[in-house]
Amino acid sequence: MEKKTTQALYHTVIEPKKLLHLNIGEIWRYRDLTWLFVKKDFTLIYKQTILGPLWLFLNPLLTTLIYTVVFGGIANISTNGVPKVLFYMAGNALWSFFSDAISKTATTFRDNAQVFGKIYFPRLTRPISIVIFMGINLALQLAMFLPFWLFYLIRGDVHPHWGLIWLLPVIIVFMAAMALGCGIIVSSVTTKYRDLTIAVTFGVKLWMYATPVVYPMATIENELLRKVILINPVTQPMELFRYVLFGEGDLSAVGLLWSAVFAVVIAIVGMMYFNKVEKTFMDTI
Amino acid sequence: MQYYMDYAPFAIKMTGVTKEYRLGQFGKGTLTKDIQSWWAKKRGKDDPNVKLENVGRMIGKDRFMALNGIDLEIKHGETVGLIGANGAGKSTLLKLLSRVTGPTDGSIEIYGRIASMLEVGTGFQGDLTGRENIYLNGTILGMTKSEIDKKMDAIIEFSEIGRHIDTPVKRYSSGMYVKLAFSVAANLDAEIMIMDEVLAVGDMAFQKKCIEKMRGIGEEHGKTILYVSHNMDTIKRLCDRCIVLNQGQVIFDGSANEAINLYMGKSRSFSHHYEYPESSHKRSRFRKVVIESADFPQEYSGQVFENEPIGFQIGVRGLADIAEMYLRIEVVNSLSTVVGMMVSEQSVQIQKNETIGVSVKMDSAHLAPGNYRANIIAEAFTESGEKMVLDTVDGAFTFEVAYNSEGITEQHAHWFADWNSNVRLNPLQISEI
Repeated sequence: MEKKTTQALYHTVIEPKKLLHLNIGEIWRYRDLTWLFVKKDFTLIYKQTILGPLWLFLNPLLTTLIYTVVFGGIANISTNGVPKVLFYMAGNALWSFFSDAISKTATTFRDNAQVFGKIYFPRLTRPISIVIFMGINLALQLAMFLPFWLFYLIRGDVHPHWGLIWLLPVIIVFMAAMALGCGIIVSSVTTKYRDLTIAVTFGVKLWMYATPVVYPMATIENELLRKVILINPVTQPMELFRYVLFGEGDLSAVGLLWSAVFAVVIAIVGMMYFNKVEKTFMDTI
Repeated sequence: MQYYMDYAPFAIKMTGVTKEYRLGQFGKGTLTKDIQSWWAKKRGKDDPNVKLENVGRMIGKDRFMALNGIDLEIKHGETVGLIGANGAGKSTLLKLLSRVTGPTDGSIEIYGRIASMLEVGTGFQGDLTGRENIYLNGTILGMTKSEIDKKMDAIIEFSEIGRHIDTPVKRYSSGMYVKLAFSVAANLDAEIMIMDEVLAVGDMAFQKKCIEKMRGIGEEHGKTILYVSHNMDTIKRLCDRCIVLNQGQVIFDGSANEAINLYMGKSRSFSHHYEYPESSHKRSRFRKVVIESADFPQEYSGQVFENEPIGFQIGVRGLADIAEMYLRIEVVNSLSTVVGMMVSEQSVQIQKNETIGVSVKMDSAHLAPGNYRANIIAEAFTESGEKMVLDTVDGAFTFEVAYNSEGITEQHAHWFADWNSNVRLNPLQISEI
């Protein structure tokens, strides 16, 4: 009872057409739920598997190996002087964070229809928890990347820009905002058009090739192709990421600004649209 | 709770709330189909994706008002029951209050946190342990982790799960599952609780414990409870106020007893001729006939007497050829419990697309006086002796069991309708004094 006097007053007004009302305070109040979703996702993925969390490391290691053999060895794509293993490992880590976050948040409404239909909680907690989950995955992959990086650093093969190290988390946050925005827009649209899910799975795969993941921007000489790749808002964060880590990257101020603006705008638009759909999606799904 | 009372006199206030559902399809489900429809329209052709049933019946009537202007005020600390026939709008009302979906018009104002249990165990994850699920479910219901920590022991104790609490819930029995889910919700700190028939689960002892807990929550902690059920008995025991919904509107708001009487009479009022539209049939896997109607003779007054069997006709249409169809009537009391049934010993033959009137006779032997509803069931048996339900109409008609002038009323001991029993066994014989 003594707690009651200091507690917040919960007063809710439910009315139709309050579309742009985004309740950030409420999402914050449900932060424990967000965190529990993250923990749940971790627990569920590795329950009843033989190798358990080892997959977290096996997966990127095998992908890096395949990229090194296929793109580096067979196709012989230049990595602009950066050791091939490092180049692919860093690119793959950042890209899979981004693409997994999109494809997992893109099915928010469909995957949670059961729970959403029975009980209310701020729906955004679910996609946000997915992005956090992917973020932790990325952190673990970067931890695995660290010894490889140190090895080449000591050999003098890479020349990081030490003064810009602080940019690494900033890049990740912006990419998270981009992924969240795109993902929830798709998930909102898929409540009406289911076939979009298929398009997204395919689209994200294509998107990778339009992003300098397996090749550096600097090797693109065709002007038209360069422009197309530069319009892609993920291009510059990817280049910046490697520029900071390896000292090699093709950067432009306009490109970086475009990526930052895109991330902020798509995240806000996404949240507003998601917020609008969450109120009535139970009647349509 | 005092805090909220100082702030506003009510916990929930609904003003002119409506909820409209569009019948048929929203969009066509996939983008390609939407484009197809648009292209067909553009060329002046028929939309290839319109569902056939929509062509005849739905024009101008593609909207359905699940709630039609609800004005309601619930005060802090009230325990309110909500009853109404299927489709009256109860679930829609609860969905709006628990914010699962939004209203079409009107406004709802809520003071306090709402914990809604539209279904027990929502959000339970089979692979997580009981304890992990308490955290997950508790936070979904709006508690913080530290609040749950404080309540953890009470929740585990109430749930009777004991040492199984660290076992994944997928290995729980359904009873344990439900007990755990109810414990989490019942121990919430929310000011308002919304419950939809959750008490109709678990074993009898646990049900009793739940009802006591709910009453305790309401009385001691001054929580506001909104409870929906088809079980009139629980409503009577739990609620001091009861609201009856019918066709999306509040038709009664007052004492629980009056509400229940009104509802029982309302569910299907007495008539000489009943017709059963498609919506009144229960779904059946082997649906081979349609029970279409029931006709009672003009002199029938709605009362059935022990010594005077009443004859009536049940209209049945065949959807297939059935050589031997049997009829059965279930007698349902005011608590929605089936208290007895009458089975036809003879069978009837029915052919596809043929409508027949089956004359039957029933009497009230062994039924205690009172009002009852009847379900009509048509069934058949396979060659291996398995029962197939051909069609069911629940609440097909109502009747009152009464005593005739020369019947049992002559005896000194009357059978009272409010005795909680529906079966009248043979009189107790006192052989020696």
